[in-house]
Amino acid sequence: MANSARAHRLLSAIQRGPSAGWVGPLNLLRQHRGKLLLLCATLLLLPLSEPPATAMSQRPSSAMGSLPANSPEALLVQSLVDIQNNRLDSALKRIDALLEIKPHFRLAHLIKGDLLMAHARPIATLGNAAGVEPARLSDLRDEARVRLQQHFDPTPLDLVPEYLLQFEPDQRYALVADTNKARLYLYKNDNGEPRYVQDFYLSSGLKGSEKRKEGDQRTPIGVYFVVDNLPKAKLGALYGDGAFPINYPNEWDKRLGKNGHGIWLHGVPKDTYSRPPRASNGCVVLTNEDLLQVEKFLQIGRTPLIISNDIAWIDRKAWSSQRQSILRNIEAWRKDWESINTERYLNHYARQFSNGAQDFGNWSAQKRAVNAGKTMVQVKLSNLSVFRYPGKDNMVVVTFDQDYRSNNLNNQMRKRQYWMQEGDRWKIVYEGAA
Amino acid sequence: MTLARIVSALAVIAICSATASLPVYAGELQDIQALLKQGNHSQALDRANAFLAKNPKDAQVRFVKGVILSEQGKTGEAIKVFTALTEDFPELPEPYNNLAVLYASQQQYDKARQALEMAIQTHPSYATAHENLGDIYAKMASEAYDRALKLDKANTAAQTKLSMIKDIFPVNSRQRPTTTSKPAVIAAAPSPAPAPAITPPVTPIKTSSPTAAPTPAAVKAPEKPVEKAEKPKQDPTQAITAMVNSWAQAWSNKNVSGYLSHYAPDFKTPKGEPRGAWEKFRKERINAPKRIQVSVSAVKVSVKDDNHAQVTFRQHYKADTLNTSATKTLVLIKSGDKWLIQQERIGS
Repeated sequence: MANSARAHRLLSAIQRGPSAGWVGPLNLLRQHRGKLLLLCATLLLLPLSEPPATAMSQRPSSAMGSLPANSPEALLVQSLVDIQNNRLDSALKRIDALLEIKPHFRLAHLIKGDLLMAHARPIATLGNAAGVEPARLSDLRDEARVRLQQHFDPTPLDLVPEYLLQFEPDQRYALVADTNKARLYLYKNDNGEPRYVQDFYLSSGLKGSEKRKEGDQRTPIGVYFVVDNLPKAKLGALYGDGAFPINYPNEWDKRLGKNGHGIWLHGVPKDTYSRPPRASNGCVVLTNEDLLQVEKFLQIGRTPLIISNDIAWIDRKAWSSQRQSILRNIEAWRKDWESINTERYLNHYARQFSNGAQDFGNWSAQKRAVNAGKTMVQVKLSNLSVFRYPGKDNMVVVTFDQDYRSNNLNNQMRKRQYWMQEGDRWKIVYEGAA
Repeated sequence: MTLARIVSALAVIAICSATASLPVYAGELQDIQALLKQGNHSQALDRANAFLAKNPKDAQVRFVKGVILSEQGKTGEAIKVFTALTEDFPELPEPYNNLAVLYASQQQYDKARQALEMAIQTHPSYATAHENLGDIYAKMASEAYDRALKLDKANTAAQTKLSMIKDIFPVNSRQRPTTTSKPAVIAAAPSPAPAPAITPPVTPIKTSSPTAAPTPAAVKAPEKPVEKAEKPKQDPTQAITAMVNSWAQAWSNKNVSGYLSHYAPDFKTPKGEPRGAWEKFRKERINAPKRIQVSVSAVKVSVKDDNHAQVTFRQHYKADTLNTSATKTLVLIKSGDKWLIQQERIGS
């Protein structure tokens, strides 16, 4: 019915015939192009629900084109850049090429809609669909914004996220997520040093980050590890091509009383290419193609996923000096344990130490009692990793294999410690089996 | 209504086609138009066909025939008529325009757009084509927006599928090879930390969220099923493995009360002796050697239901001079968020 009504309306126009004084949409279009251009320029300035990261914008951008030129995101971004440069035909060609390879890319459909709509009537913003819930459109605008932001402010190749201080030899890769920039960075362990490999668009919690409790729809901030690979055949449609649980809540989360569970790294439903930057119930979500790419680098139980809402980037020099400082403290702790000088050993533990079962007082008393029977202690550490904890606390997560030998007892275990900076020293605030 | 418009359109054609130097039988054309106006489509079509049999090239009558066919809903035939007109008279914008309208009625917006662009190319100031082109773009835009924003349907689909998720990870089908095959080496440690983990999250996730018990998704708000579905059903394998390690560790540490805290209140003592007597016996046995080292390997958990499970493993026991290794089975019951030993036996 609607179509035949439309056809009649179009047919009815025939009777009017050519009119010299009429200003056609082509003329209008020339006026509207300016507006379309403007909307793309302002797109970058729109705030997300959390303030954008500042660290990245303060440093000079050093790496252009971290995206392969033919990647879906590159096509999308180039199309937006075309719009900015008033090349609407080229913009539409790119969007059509993009939709050819990614027919379920919703943001691309939205931009296509705008490019077409600009021929018909003035458009004021990105996404001119009428009668739509505003949140729908703002989700897609947010996606456009973060993807454009990545283009104009790409991953700095001369800097590293300050979290990746020490890989263990077997840890081949690490993932660092930035929930504000909606970006996941993949780093390779190059003889202990982090080397940038690739980055990916991500979606995170609907209500933002800093998860605290069950059902708050936030993504946790912290140092986590990928601990499982759920059987793909049994995954629900929401998770797309894979799901990799992480160990939220970790030791520190539990100590802070955080709860909830089931935080995964997973894909998207088949009927969409991507989800908005804030969409999940707390999980870190990648497009299916990116998830399958990342999966190649995952070692279950070993690969860290460090989630931040504002990555701090440091240069190699700062990285090296922070790393040395922490490694020195760990080595001093090991030596002091071997020395059987209990007080010096205990001096590495913070007053606020707790392992869930013991506080500093109980811990000290037990260590004094145990050490009283020792004539010889040998402690060897291997497979040691150090990851700085995102957030306000100056804290690192240290994991290692500990080989403990003494006159009356030998023990081997995998251990995890949380060290926190107190003045110019690092002290242990948590210690337990990993 | 429509007829009136078409007649006017033909007036335009009459002017344009005058240059085509074709015979125009004004009376016949007017008659056909009159019939069309009255809604007498079949008679109008007969007259047009009869006329065209003698004057097959006549642009105006061919055009009106196209309009008649459109009115009759014979879109395919009408498209043929207008297409032929655009081929024979490429300088005329109206056939392109009408062709576009017909394509649009078939949702072939891209073809419609191309036809209108041809019309504009022939007559750059042809307002109707411009207006129609604007409408076509708006229509195409609206289709693109629909694709961009079809979130509603997608979410509904995801939700219906998601509601099944609870059954997707049955408790006892998710034992991990990594947890069951790797031996856990536990020795009497100077550190009171829990036993070494086999996989990193040895601490049961469950203990930290006692509210995680499956809640009926139906009572939740619409987003809730998704939220529940994002959480896998709790797998007690980890919790049980951790519990076995902690039990072995307490034993190794000669921590009698810690060791005994792993036993359920209704623990079946081996010979049916009173609990007190059994505890006393265990205390003596644990305290007798100078040092004990208990480790477990090949841990296999089988879960009966939410509160009942069984775990079988190799128990490696070293104490002073004694060094044994045996398969042991513990029958477990869940009390609160802890798994406790209800029965202990050698063998599997």
